[in-house]
Amino acid sequence: MNSFYKKNGPVIATFFLVAIIFWLVFLIVIPQLYMLDLSFRPNLPPLLRGGPDDVYTLTHYKHFLYGSETSKDAYNYVDIGVFLDTIITAVLVTIINLCFCYPIAFYIAKLATPNTARLLVLALVIPFWINELLRSFAIRILFAGEGVINNILLELGLISTAVNFIALDIALYTGLTYAYILLMIFPLYNALETLDTNQLEAAKDLGSSTVRTHWRIVIPHAKAGIASGSTMVFMLTAGALATPVVLSSPNTYWFTQLIYQWFNMNDNWSRGSAYSIILLVVSVTFVLLMMRLFKVTIGEVVR
Amino acid sequence: MSAEVELQNVSIAFGNFYAAKNVNVKIGAGEFFSFLGPSGCGKTTLLRAVSGFLEPSQGKVLIDGQDMSGIGPNKRPTSLIFQNLALFPLMSVADNIAFSLEVRGHDKVQRRKRADELLDLVALNGQGDKKVHELSGGQKQRVAIARALAVEPKVLLLDEPLSALDLKLRQKMRTELRAIQQRVGITFIYITHDQGEALTMSDRVGVMNDGELEQVGSCYDVYEAPCTPFVATFVGENNAFYGKVEKVEGVKVKVQTGGSSFIGQAGLGLDKKNYKFKAGDEVIMFVRPEAISLKGNSKKTQNSFSAEVKTIEFEGNLKNIFLRSAEDVDIRFSVPSSSDTSGMEPSKNVSLSFSQDNAVVLPTGALALD
Ligand SMILES: Nc1ncnc2c1ncn2[C@@H]1O[C@H](COP(=O)(O)OP(=O)(O)O)[C@@H](O)[C@H]1O
Ligand SMILES: [Mg+2]
Repeated sequence: MNSFYKKNGPVIATFFLVAIIFWLVFLIVIPQLYMLDLSFRPNLPPLLRGGPDDVYTLTHYKHFLYGSETSKDAYNYVDIGVFLDTIITAVLVTIINLCFCYPIAFYIAKLATPNTARLLVLALVIPFWINELLRSFAIRILFAGEGVINNILLELGLISTAVNFIALDIALYTGLTYAYILLMIFPLYNALETLDTNQLEAAKDLGSSTVRTHWRIVIPHAKAGIASGSTMVFMLTAGALATPVVLSSPNTYWFTQLIYQWFNMNDNWSRGSAYSIILLVVSVTFVLLMMRLFKVTIGEVVR
Repeated sequence: MSAEVELQNVSIAFGNFYAAKNVNVKIGAGEFFSFLGPSGCGKTTLLRAVSGFLEPSQGKVLIDGQDMSGIGPNKRPTSLIFQNLALFPLMSVADNIAFSLEVRGHDKVQRRKRADELLDLVALNGQGDKKVHELSGGQKQRVAIARALAVEPKVLLLDEPLSALDLKLRQKMRTELRAIQQRVGITFIYITHDQGEALTMSDRVGVMNDGELEQVGSCYDVYEAPCTPFVATFVGENNAFYGKVEKVEGVKVKVQTGGSSFIGQAGLGLDKKNYKFKAGDEVIMFVRPEAISLKGNSKKTQNSFSAEVKTIEFEGNLKNIFLRSAEDVDIRFSVPSSSDTSGMEPSKNVSLSFSQDNAVVLPTGALALD
């Protein structure tokens, strides 16, 4: 602490401290705690809040599992289905993203000349100056029934009738994969960049194939970067809203869309909070489990 | 199994810059051959051309008579030890050593057995389960050697593998490397900027300067009969007297340098024949520090001159005495530490001499800077 003050001078050090504490406490901890609290309370009109009916209850969590009291089903198949769909799709998107980004990151980090690498990074970054919603609409235009891709395929005679990419959710997967590509590429790049090129050559000299060199040397070296990128992509994909709203087929729901509905359309903030907490807890647990499985520590991931 | 390596007119260009220029050398099967040269002279580049990481821009690399163009490093009977060793830090020592066997699909038991044999060979018994970072510098060195030998190469290529070690260890590893080479009997191509290393280990040495191979010969030849001023000054220490040829008598050359005239031997050219000089040629006469002695035993075959003592440097077994001759040439010579140097205080004038047989006369050319 003292050395922090010495290094930065009193004014800047105080500013940093205040800013960090403000950010942590007011923008993260308090809202989340408020949501947590809200999720355990009944959805009451403002007048009744704090009254005798305002007691802690599990009703929203129960609703997620068993559905409304009037429902005949044993479980809330719809919401649980959407939830599982979201998690599974997010996992798939993360894996596709990783498979897609790993070669790019490897190329930039180890194979490209410095100039090519800079150009590639620019080409990757610039599209992200456009906001997420616009990018999603652009992808929608690409994949629409009379969109660019269909027109090209029709023109080439590869298909005879337009493919409904939206209904097949291909547009959604593409949009989601593309949306967080940078969050995968940069941690991967950082990890791969520190790999000594001589190790690749040594492996080659010892007779190793490219695949084996990656499997035995490059991937183990980049493990922390892979974990870090995958974690971020998974979390953000599972929590994405704009892209699914624009790109999902009419009968596909993203779990965040349900949350959004509870908050806004149905004006049930408590249930919305409960659903958010479920998403958060399950996502975090899932990530921790995966890290355990692949023997990565949190320290490595946030490095 | 060892193999012969031949470089035929090998040139290697990076853009317009030639890192190796028209290198020709034939390295015999089972030979310990060193490329010796200052850093940046193209040694690594040349070695990468032999191992297959680089294709020569011109010329050919032949291994056992077979043209290697288009054959990748994994297909050549060579194995390279990198300057920084490039061990795999996330694998155990045994896994590192047996990596090439893993690649070829050998099972765990076979791999372990071979790794243990190789660990024995490099005197690291029982260290197989350690992680690489748990080893000392010298031990890592040995692991790198074992890993390279695991592919049973016919030619082992070593890129300054000892440069990261401290002096004592380096000297110990020299002996050991030589012993390993004799045990496995394969061709070793070693590159280094350290002449001591090259001279102690090698059968033959190739001295490189600025991408060119200036001289190839036995350690003795390179030291005693340098072909060029660069070799004369890069390999060991040398005193250089610039001058003009006054008279030639067979291989004896009389050189006018400053105010005095010295007689020396015409040096040997690359063709092993003495250089032919004629009166008036610009030449340099080289005299090794150990060939200079304090005057006293004056025979007819001695050249003598006087010089002013500048400094005396104590180097354990030797004393190096730095002087400046009457003609303003910097001279250094050394005597055993036990010698009496009481008469040699700085700024005193002393008489020195050297034998005509120990002076080598070469055409002018660039010296090695140190
Ligand atoms: N890939 C490369 N691209 C351009 N120049 C290079 C490359 N590799 C080496 N060089 C240049 O070639 C020369 C010889 O390098 P190197 O073979 O590494 O020398 P050494 O091993 O003798 O120290 C140096 O001037 C170096 O800058
Ligand atoms: Mg080098």
